[in-house]
Amino acid sequence: MPLLDVQNLTTSFHTRAGVVRAVQDVGFSLEAGQTIGIVGESGSGKSVACYSLLGLIPTPPGRIEAGTALFDGIDLLHAPLHTLNRIRGKRISMIFQDPMTSLNPYLRVSEQIIEPLLIHEKISRSAALLRALTALEEVGIQDAARRIHFYPHEFSGGMRQRVMIAMALITRPEILIADEPTTALDVTVQAQILELIRSRQRELGTAVIFITHDLGVVASFCDHVHVMYGGRIVESAPTTELFRNPLHPYAAALQRSIPALQEKNTELYTIPGLPPDPMHLPDGCAFAPRCDHVRDLCRARHPELVTLQPAHATRCLRVQNGDLTLS
Amino acid sequence: MPLLEIENLATWFPLRSGILLGRTVGHVKAVDGVSLTLARGEILGLVGESGCGKSTLARTILRLLDATSGQIRLEGRDLAGVSRRELRRQRLDFQMIFQDPHASLNPRMTVFDTLSEAIRTRHRVSGDALDQRVANLMTTVGLSPNLMRKYPHEFSGGQRQRIAIARALAPEPKLIIADEPVSALDVSIQSQIINLLLKLSREMGLTLIFISHDLSVVKHISDRIAVMYLGKIVELGPAVAVVEHPLHPYTQALVSAIPIPDPVREKNRQRILLLGDPPSPIHPPAGCAFHPRCPQAIAACAATLPPLEEKSPGRSAACIRLEQTLPP
Amino acid sequence: MTAPPLPPPLHAEHGTSLWRDAWHRLSRNRLAVFGLVMFLTIALLCLFGPLFLPFKPADQAVTLKASAPLEKIYTRTPLRKTSQPRIDFIAEGKLIDENVFLNLTPDQRQQTLTQIKSGEAIKLGRFTYQLSDRRHWLGTDALGRDLLVRILHGGRISIGVGLAATVVSILIGVLYGAISGYFGGKLDIVLMRIVDILYTIPFTIFVILLMVFLPPSIFLLFIAIGAVEWLTMARIVRGEIVALKHREFIEAAVSLGLSRFRIIFKHLIPNVLGSVIVYSTLTVPQVMLLEAVLSFLGLGVQPPMSSWGVLIDDGAKTLETSPWLLFFPAGIFSLTLFCLNFLGDGLRDALDPRASKD
Repeated sequence: MPLLDVQNLTTSFHTRAGVVRAVQDVGFSLEAGQTIGIVGESGSGKSVACYSLLGLIPTPPGRIEAGTALFDGIDLLHAPLHTLNRIRGKRISMIFQDPMTSLNPYLRVSEQIIEPLLIHEKISRSAALLRALTALEEVGIQDAARRIHFYPHEFSGGMRQRVMIAMALITRPEILIADEPTTALDVTVQAQILELIRSRQRELGTAVIFITHDLGVVASFCDHVHVMYGGRIVESAPTTELFRNPLHPYAAALQRSIPALQEKNTELYTIPGLPPDPMHLPDGCAFAPRCDHVRDLCRARHPELVTLQPAHATRCLRVQNGDLTLS
Repeated sequence: MPLLEIENLATWFPLRSGILLGRTVGHVKAVDGVSLTLARGEILGLVGESGCGKSTLARTILRLLDATSGQIRLEGRDLAGVSRRELRRQRLDFQMIFQDPHASLNPRMTVFDTLSEAIRTRHRVSGDALDQRVANLMTTVGLSPNLMRKYPHEFSGGQRQRIAIARALAPEPKLIIADEPVSALDVSIQSQIINLLLKLSREMGLTLIFISHDLSVVKHISDRIAVMYLGKIVELGPAVAVVEHPLHPYTQALVSAIPIPDPVREKNRQRILLLGDPPSPIHPPAGCAFHPRCPQAIAACAATLPPLEEKSPGRSAACIRLEQTLPP
Repeated sequence: MTAPPLPPPLHAEHGTSLWRDAWHRLSRNRLAVFGLVMFLTIALLCLFGPLFLPFKPADQAVTLKASAPLEKIYTRTPLRKTSQPRIDFIAEGKLIDENVFLNLTPDQRQQTLTQIKSGEAIKLGRFTYQLSDRRHWLGTDALGRDLLVRILHGGRISIGVGLAATVVSILIGVLYGAISGYFGGKLDIVLMRIVDILYTIPFTIFVILLMVFLPPSIFLLFIAIGAVEWLTMARIVRGEIVALKHREFIEAAVSLGLSRFRIIFKHLIPNVLGSVIVYSTLTVPQVMLLEAVLSFLGLGVQPPMSSWGVLIDDGAKTLETSPWLLFFPAGIFSLTLFCLNFLGDGLRDALDPRASKD
């Protein structure tokens, strides 16, 4: 039984200008202790999908049109608020991209880090503070006893992200959702933070959903990857499989665009065109306008996600028909 | 003759305390002794993490900031101490492409307004001739001239960057500094912009300083790479060599921190993880600025300031632990 | 740059400037649109309305005294025809106070009144009384002056002063703030300290001091108000300019070797106009209130010119006997203030850069 089982998640935003179909028919599962990556560019819907799971989508204008997300027998998408509140921050935690804005600048770190404990567990302030201290030490903050009483702006970006991780893990959640946690950080700090998440995860047995646009990060970190484009999952595979044998032109193109893998001074491979406008998605395959391998049938029908090999699914019609090999 | 020579450039920001105007209690040594030469038509990649001073260096070269000490020479001429009017004329020789495509264009001016203003700094044209030049410029950067009456907010980030590149090209500068020109863009758009810069530099013989924290992009586009740490250059050399065989321990850590999009190699490689956070430019460590985090530091590193020296032909590094001669 | 010329752009599509975007947003805000339309209506009425009214603001009809809105009016013509017969106007409510009624019995009085009210010309004593078609839509004041035309004229003054003083404060404030903000350094510190010091001067004392040296007049009003309002505008503009001057597009403009003059006027000021506009729409009501207060204190507009402030002052004095003299001027004044505030709020939302597509 997977820890989290998401099926057919569909979220839209109803704005005056039109309906934004941010997420359509997204499904994935997460086993205990597993790390999965959700990869996509901006506008692909990766963040909206995970925000939907925790009820963080503003409704209006957002609306979860369909889907289920079963966590320990509870459907997160249809749970009453008080049930959701007992899960959020305690059993499922989230860390966000921008460490500058995800901590309250007016409260000391000590206040913020004990908050999840005070809400979800019946312990005293002093006991919570002790646990907070341990949590900070576990994430590698030196001199924690003194610095726990600092304000967020007194920490550097990397340190703030560590504080966020400490806060997220202090209740020993079963799932950690990390939304681009290292994008705003320097490369060496990014390496440290990723290593930190990995080691804490191993110690606590937490499952991680890692949202990113960086294929390199996914390669080092995730067991299984879901690639999103235009609000849908277009390919789903174990990480090594995705890199060795991509089954969707978009995933293959993403890999090709990585500068590190290209010959110096040649023109970089670029995916022509622009990502699709989620308000005006084309009929048929969303990637068709930019695909090197497009055929008429791609534009005609909307493709389904089909599992071709064990745990490896693709939404490319031509690959499904055996008409196209990518690697 | 090299196009640009920078000698011992330093830009320090005073820290004041006190009620009214305050005493100077210290300095933020954002750029602390940088020397470089740039040949005509060369692309130099400048890498470093936040706080290393690369943006400050760029702005100092452009004279958007005043250097505290040191010299900048363009084509042999010392640029300091000129009149305000002469300075304004000289500014046309250096242009910059900024990081944030949202903030680098005046939101109240159309593309035409922005580009024509830039063109007219060099050529007193107007009317149809001006329209022509604007159209040509837009085509050069891959934008349809039909869009010239539109406003910045009507374009995507990538298109705005193209407009910014066009604006930088218009005054026919001798040097263009691109400060993280693609960091704020989507991955698939980044490659488009990088290709454009490469193409332009080759076709127009541009001299370019490309600043980025993304080592793989810098390696792809640059001839040479300079690595900065806390206001100083710690390594300088040919791009491929610096990235594939880094000399300085910091460069090695930087290279090792780049995630490799190949799961097999990723899992099998040895990562160099640095301890602690990048230091503050207000209280730089004594001796070598990197020594508190350096996996190869010895006692002497805290005592001496390592000079940037040639360790092998064409390759310099600032580290006392590197022997004088190394294979290139 | 010397590539062969391309044919001129065939259809250079026109873009939508941020101003047009803001206008679209504003036009969807019903309260703001109401405010704008109402304010313009009031302003136009004040400007052109008096042309359609038969009365002038200084026209007195002392005998009329304070007549209620739309109260019926009667003429009292002397029977003896002289070269210039003096025709007086009497309000219906005051008929009973006429001397001629003193000698009549109550029944006779009732009868006579009914006759007069029926519209006949009735001879009584030395006069003829007849119903006239003179109408005062909003009534008259103690001197028989038509309230409506006085309100419209007063509006000219109040709105005029409001707008003019605001324009003056914009011109001075924006220039001062832009220079202080852009040049920074010691100049900025000195200029802003001057503003701080001027801020501390209590307004009323300042006006009274001015009165010692200048006769109270509408110009005193301008000077006093203008001297105060530009201060906040300067601060606002200076703050915005300081924030803007570090933005990359300003750095780009500096890199192009543009003169400081051009940078300030072409690049910086257009980008602070949003705040300036919003603040101005909220300044106009403040100025009008200030003027009303000054006139209330007798320090501002002098008779025979009257502003809404003067009218309100007068009306307040006779609140019990002729409440309309207070309610109408106060009512239209409040309505105007509301309209400007709605408009100002709407403008602020419409011009908010965060609401734009970025």
